[in-house]
Amino acid sequence: MAGWSTQKGHALALAIDNIDTDQLIPARFMSAPRSEGYGQYLLHDMRRDDDEQLTADFPLNRHEGISILVAGHNFGSGSSREAAVYALVDAGIRAVIAPSFGDIFANNAINNGLLPAQVDAQKVMQLQHALKDAPAQVSIDLPESRLTLGDITVTFELDEGWRVKLINGWDDIDLTRQHMQAIGAHRKNRNKAAPWAWPNKPN
Amino acid sequence: MNAPRTMLDKLWASHEVLRREDGVSLLWVDRHFVHEGSHHAFAKLAERGLPVAETALTFAVADHYAPIRSRERIADPKIARMIETLRNNASAHTLRIFDLSDPSQGIVHVIGPELGLTLPGLLINCGDSHTSTHGAFGALAFGIGATEVAHVLATQTVWQRKPKAMRINVEGRLGFGVTAKDIALNWIAQLGSGGAQGHAIEYAGQTIRDLSMEGRMTLCNLSIEGGARFGMVAPDEVTFAYLEGREYAPSGADLQSARQVWRGLVTDKGAVFDRDITLSAADISPTVTWGTSPEQALPITANIPAPDPVDPAKSNLAREALDYMGLAPGQPLDGIPVDQVFIGSCTNGRIEDLREAALVLSGRRARVPGLVVPGSERVKAQAEAEGLDRIFQDAGLEWTASGCSMCVGMNGDVVAEGKRCASSTNRNFRGRQGRGARTHLMSPAMVAAAAVTGTITDVRPLIQGRAA
Repeated sequence: MAGWSTQKGHALALAIDNIDTDQLIPARFMSAPRSEGYGQYLLHDMRRDDDEQLTADFPLNRHEGISILVAGHNFGSGSSREAAVYALVDAGIRAVIAPSFGDIFANNAINNGLLPAQVDAQKVMQLQHALKDAPAQVSIDLPESRLTLGDITVTFELDEGWRVKLINGWDDIDLTRQHMQAIGAHRKNRNKAAPWAWPNKPN
Repeated sequence: MNAPRTMLDKLWASHEVLRREDGVSLLWVDRHFVHEGSHHAFAKLAERGLPVAETALTFAVADHYAPIRSRERIADPKIARMIETLRNNASAHTLRIFDLSDPSQGIVHVIGPELGLTLPGLLINCGDSHTSTHGAFGALAFGIGATEVAHVLATQTVWQRKPKAMRINVEGRLGFGVTAKDIALNWIAQLGSGGAQGHAIEYAGQTIRDLSMEGRMTLCNLSIEGGARFGMVAPDEVTFAYLEGREYAPSGADLQSARQVWRGLVTDKGAVFDRDITLSAADISPTVTWGTSPEQALPITANIPAPDPVDPAKSNLAREALDYMGLAPGQPLDGIPVDQVFIGSCTNGRIEDLREAALVLSGRRARVPGLVVPGSERVKAQAEAEGLDRIFQDAGLEWTASGCSMCVGMNGDVVAEGKRCASSTNRNFRGRQGRGARTHLMSPAMVAAAAVTGTITDVRPLIQGRAA
C-alpha cells in the first residue's frame, strides 16, 4: 500500500447520517473476489433502481471523479466487513470527512489507505453547505491534520498511530514480524502462567 | 498499593506484548475464529506465502453462507464456492473446521461458547462485529476487518489502541416478559447507535448478575449496535457453571488454577471509568425498533414519535426511516401488521431464546409464515430433545438447520422487498435482510407474539399464566 501526505480531489457532500456498512455494500455482493473490483457495489441500493440503473437524483451519480466524501454522523457503523472500505477505495474515494465513524470501519479504512477524517459537526455542516450546489476541490494535509475548501480551513482528528501508518503506507504484518522475539517470549510466559488458555482438546 | 483497575485494564495487561511510542498495543490473541467471509484474509496470506502462525488456536466455521435446508447439494454456485473456499483454506492450513455436516456446526458466536473455546480471560478475535458476544464470559473479544484477520493468522497478534472504559450498570429486577434484548435496545435508544464509540463496555449491576449466560451473550452481542467494539461481563459462578464439562474448556488442575485467575478478573473497587451509566431494570419494557437504526427503538406500548422539531437532523433521519418502513408518526407500535417472522441469529438463536419463543407459541398457530433457525446444530438437537421443534412446526413455522440465515441474507434467505419482518436479530439497517426489507428488532418472545397475532404486539398477555 502506498503512503500519502497530501491529497487534492473533488469533494461531494453526502449529508446523510448513519450510512452503515450494509448501505456501503449490501451483503449479497460480498462473495465476489476483490480482483473484480468493488467500486460498482458502492452504496448500491441507494444509487441504483430495481433494474440496476443509476438513479439521477442521487448526488454521487450526478458527478464523476469524486475522491472525497463529506458525510454525516456515524459513517460506516455496523459490520466489520472490510468490503465496505474496498467499495469506497475501488470507486476512487481517498478520504471521508464526517463527525464520527464506526470504530471497526475506521480501523479498516486505515488499513487500506483511506482517511477517516473526523471533523466537528458544525464544521462538517459548513463544508456541506459550501458544497451544496456542486462538488469542489478540497486539499488535505495529513501531517498538519488540515483540510481546505476555498477559504474554509478546518482541522481534523486522527489517531497519531493511524496518521503515521497512512503517511508511510505501512503494512502491519511486516511491522509485526520485526517483533517476533517479543511475541515468542509472551507466548512462552502465557503458556507457563495460563496453560488453561490453550484448548483442552487437540484439533 | 496498586491503583484499582477495571476488568478491561486487567485483560489488556495480560495480553499486551508491547506498546509502541504512539500508545498502540500489540496484543496476543488466544482464539481466532474464521468463517467463509475470511476469504480475503486467506488470499492476503497466500499472496505472501505465509502459514497460519497458531493452527491450534484457530478455528474455522461455516455459518454466514450456510444453507439451512438442503446441505448436500448447494444450488447457488456463489454460495457453494464460498463454503468450498473456506474448506480449502482450512484444509491447506490444517485448521479444525466445523463444516456443514459437523454436529457441532453453528454460528461462530454460538458454538465458541458452546464448545468451551470461549473462556474468561481470553482475547478472542473474529472477522465479525458481533464477536463482542464472547465478552459475556469476561473475555476481551472484538470484531476485526480482513486486513486484521490476515494479521492475526500470520502473527497471532493484533495492533490495537486501548479503548476508553465505560460501565453500564443495570440495577433491580427485570419486569415480567422483559429480556436482555430489551436492556440492549433500551440503552442503545438512550445513547444512540454511535453512543459508545471508542469505548469498551462492562455491563454490571444486580440485573446483569441475575442474567443467564445466554442473556449476557445477547447483551454483549449488541454492544456494537451502540458503537462499542467490546462488551463484557465479569465472570462469576453462573459463568463457571456454564463452562463445566465443555469439551475444549480446561478440566482438573488446570481448571482450578484457571478459576483462581478468573475470579480476579472483576473490576476493583474504586476503579474509575471514563463513562459510568446506571439504568433501572424497572424502567425497561419489551422494546421494538420502528426505524432503520437500532437506536430507533421504543417500548411496545408507545406510539411512533413525531419528528423532533428542535433537532432537524434527527427528525430528517426519522422521516426517511419511516418512509422506508412504510409507517407514520403517531401510529401505535402495537398492532402494526407483519408479513413474516424470523427467530434465530448470534443475538437470539440459543436454547433459552427458543424456549422463550416456544412458551408463546405452544398450542397456538402462527398467522404469518416464519423461520426458526437454531444458532447451532447442538442447539437444534437440544431443542428437539425438548420437543420445541414440534411446537414451532405445529404453529406453522419452518424449523431448519443452523446458520446466520435471514439475519444477513448471505445464504439466500431474504425478506422480499417491502415485506415486514419481526426479527430476533441485531440490525434493522436498510436492506439488511434483503433489498427493501422492513425489519423490526425485538426479543424472540416478542417475535413469537407477532407470529401468533400477525402484528407487532405486547407478549406479556400471551404468556400470562404460562411463564415459569
